Amino acid sequence: MQTSIIDAIRNTPDGREANRILRACTHCGFCTATCPTYQLTGDERDGPRGRIYLVKQVLEGHTPTAKTQHHLDRCLTCRACETTCPSGVEYAKLADIGRGLVEQQLTRPRRERLLRWVLRHVVAHRQRFALLLALGQAARPLMIGRLASLKSKIPPRRASSVPSHDRIGHSAASSGRSMLLFDGCVQPSATPHTNAAATRLLNRLGVRVITPTGAGCCGALSQHLSYRDEALDYARANIDAWWPHIRAGAEAIIVSASGCGAEIVEYGYLLRNDPAYAERAARVSALTRDLSDVLAAENLSRLDDIGHGQSVAYHPPCTLQNAPHLHDHVAEILTQAGYTLKPVANAHLCCGSAGSYSLLQPEMAGALRENKLRSLTAENPDVIVTANIGCQMHLESATGVPVRHWIELLEPAA
Amino acid sequence: MNQAASLFDPAEHAERASPPDKPTIIAALQAQLPAEMILTEAEDLRPFECDGLSAYRQVPMIAVLPATIEQVQATMRVCHAMDVPVVARGAGTGLSGGALPLDNGVLLSLAKFNRVLDIDTQNRRATVQPGVRNLAISEAVDHLDLYYAPDPSSQIACSIGGNVAENSGGVHCLKYGLTTHNILQLEIVTVDGERLTLGGASLDSPGYDLLALMTGSEGLLGVIVEVVVKLLPKPELAKVAMVAFDDVRAAGDAVAAIINAGCVPAGLEMLDSPAIIATEEFVHAGYPLDAAAILLCEVDGPAAEVEEDIERVREIVAGCGATDVRISRDATERALFWAGRKAAFPAMGRISPDYYCMDGTIPRKALADVLIGIGELSKKYGQRVANVFHAGDGNLHPLILYDANNPGELENTEAFGGAICELCLEHGGTITGEHGVGVEKIDQMCVQFPAAELTQFHAVKAAFDPRTLLNPGKAVPTLHRCAEFGAMHVHNGQVPFPELERL
Repeated sequence: MQTSIIDAIRNTPDGREANRILRACTHCGFCTATCPTYQLTGDERDGPRGRIYLVKQVLEGHTPTAKTQHHLDRCLTCRACETTCPSGVEYAKLADIGRGLVEQQLTRPRRERLLRWVLRHVVAHRQRFALLLALGQAARPLMIGRLASLKSKIPPRRASSVPSHDRIGHSAASSGRSMLLFDGCVQPSATPHTNAAATRLLNRLGVRVITPTGAGCCGALSQHLSYRDEALDYARANIDAWWPHIRAGAEAIIVSASGCGAEIVEYGYLLRNDPAYAERAARVSALTRDLSDVLAAENLSRLDDIGHGQSVAYHPPCTLQNAPHLHDHVAEILTQAGYTLKPVANAHLCCGSAGSYSLLQPEMAGALRENKLRSLTAENPDVIVTANIGCQMHLESATGVPVRHWIELLEPAA
Repeated sequence: MNQAASLFDPAEHAERASPPDKPTIIAALQAQLPAEMILTEAEDLRPFECDGLSAYRQVPMIAVLPATIEQVQATMRVCHAMDVPVVARGAGTGLSGGALPLDNGVLLSLAKFNRVLDIDTQNRRATVQPGVRNLAISEAVDHLDLYYAPDPSSQIACSIGGNVAENSGGVHCLKYGLTTHNILQLEIVTVDGERLTLGGASLDSPGYDLLALMTGSEGLLGVIVEVVVKLLPKPELAKVAMVAFDDVRAAGDAVAAIINAGCVPAGLEMLDSPAIIATEEFVHAGYPLDAAAILLCEVDGPAAEVEEDIERVREIVAGCGATDVRISRDATERALFWAGRKAAFPAMGRISPDYYCMDGTIPRKALADVLIGIGELSKKYGQRVANVFHAGDGNLHPLILYDANNPGELENTEAFGGAICELCLEHGGTITGEHGVGVEKIDQMCVQFPAAELTQFHAVKAAFDPRTLLNPGKAVPTLHRCAEFGAMHVHNGQVPFPELERL
């Protein structure tokens, strides 16, 4: 596609990157076919091709208004468009650049700013989020009348304690193998069973599992809210926390929340211009693997038939389907373990969770969730599973069918 | 920036009284439709400035995004009353600029009409809204073992309304026909906002075949708001042979040999070397990277017949000098072989910033000569070309690779494209097989048709749209335009349209 980016932007790293990405786009429109928001609204500006155009005009010097921002905000960054694109357009990278430029030029209304501040300063911090969640859970019985709708936003209490020190799950066998397990910000308090189950299973497979406390939020929250420098700081902190263990021979960085995994596999790209971190970031990205990818390489024969044919509907998160370098082996692992996987229509469409999206765009997120749950429950499964905490919490708030992280089916709570 | 500006013929609008100003038109539309369905500012309108042919761009005056047929009717009534031209747009995947907006017109998006309304298995037909994606029709009836046959390469995204407007084909049209052979009924909104039903439940209906007339009319006669399509039972078996050649002429001869042998393949496609290399990188379909050309030949039907036919194909191509033949072993491999072909156009984005897709047809016997001719033109114009096409029905899609950011390269590309069109005509072909004329090939229409025929085309247009408000400036050139074009392109010493005074 022809571009005429204004000089002030063209000669910056972002400008060069945006130009490179835009030149690959041929405006064929294939991307609109798998875009969840375009399917809902039928508005060019709510599809990837239209959003690329919105970003292009900002790059070409046209001052954006809140309308451009609105349509860019409505993008889930699910990256289904990238998987569909035959021309290899790296949409998400372009959207990040575009959103950043728009953010610089516009001031958001107070309410939006407040919500975004809370997301960055509370949710992304493990201890603060745990406190907020505990308060919310305690206050649940009081949520009546107009506050009743808040109830669905708060996940049910699950026995947990947020660790304040490095956890090392020792393996039974002294194989000498070790792996890092990523904890993240929300997961330890909201769905603690996930990593507990993963640790037990890996330990029994002979793998020592290390969760250093210095590692925190992956940075995706900040990244998607256009606080790109803040995201880089999270990345650097995580790299610092992991590096001694990587040097000591940790085989992999396991991520059980694919939303975080998709961010961490990009550390190498995000920090490519930071000489102090570029090399280590690239190494971290190369070591990052989804939990299912790690387990698929292990001998899981002892799990055979633990499912007893129980029926499962699997929702593969967008980040596992579309992020490059993350590999999804959930369906094959569950099938091998004796679960019956039900067919799910339109598996490629986002459930509407998309990180903080469900909080920032509740209307669109609700419509997508409704469609997704209709597909997931069409065959009356006993349980719905997914591979990302965001999807899990978003889906479970609107259905009576239990929604779990798939690892919990392999390792029921101890 | 606006290629489009020069494409419009001032004579087209010469006799029109000046329409009301933009705020008046907006106010009239707002009285009929919700405000959020009416886009009026450049920021909102620029994403609509082009379709799949991005070399031609024009920001529309207004874009309207209705969600009901009544809203389409209301929009047409307002525009008709105020003499505002209207361009309908579906998924915006067209490759001839058929949905290129007008700076003084309304762009009417039908993208919100994306529901399958009814599936009638007894009569094997489905009623769908015009914005339903071509592939979504087949997906909606997949569980009934039915499908909709025409499958343009953009079928994942292109919408059925646009398919009807362009009479789209696809890789399987060799056996199953074009859009016109696969629809039963259309609901249209006329230029003055009336609803009309064309065609019907039965295969033939009394009176002129207006259904066929509407199909391929490129938005010049009415706005399509509902389509009844035929559904076919899925064939019991389909197999595709991927055949490699180290010589383009041998591949061309193999196409003729297959058809001469009495086979009717469901699809018979050819890719040349640059196309193979670009698509293989995206799809990893296992295309041989060292081949000069590959043929994809599909046969479908009852299993026994398919097994027999595919072996015949194997023998025929072996006799024509094929260097390698692979037959799909299962449905997955078959889909993979096709995936490369279907993604071939946009995959060019990986080897070139821009590409220009041509759409000529030629008699099958001329295939090799025309391919070699295109290779010579490529040298003459100094630009790369990749060839991807429906070999079975002689529908060529040369893709000229260029960089729109290099000054002059687009103009050179257009000249190269024009030369390819004329090469097709010299070999007894036509300028378009399935992408439509749009704005892209409007000048070549002057070469294809003499003045008397174009005059009759305009008479047909006038019967539906006497004030030329529907997609003006597309598909059928004015005689003045042809005279201008003829002044630039003199063929064999003959000035076209000698009866017209030059402007």
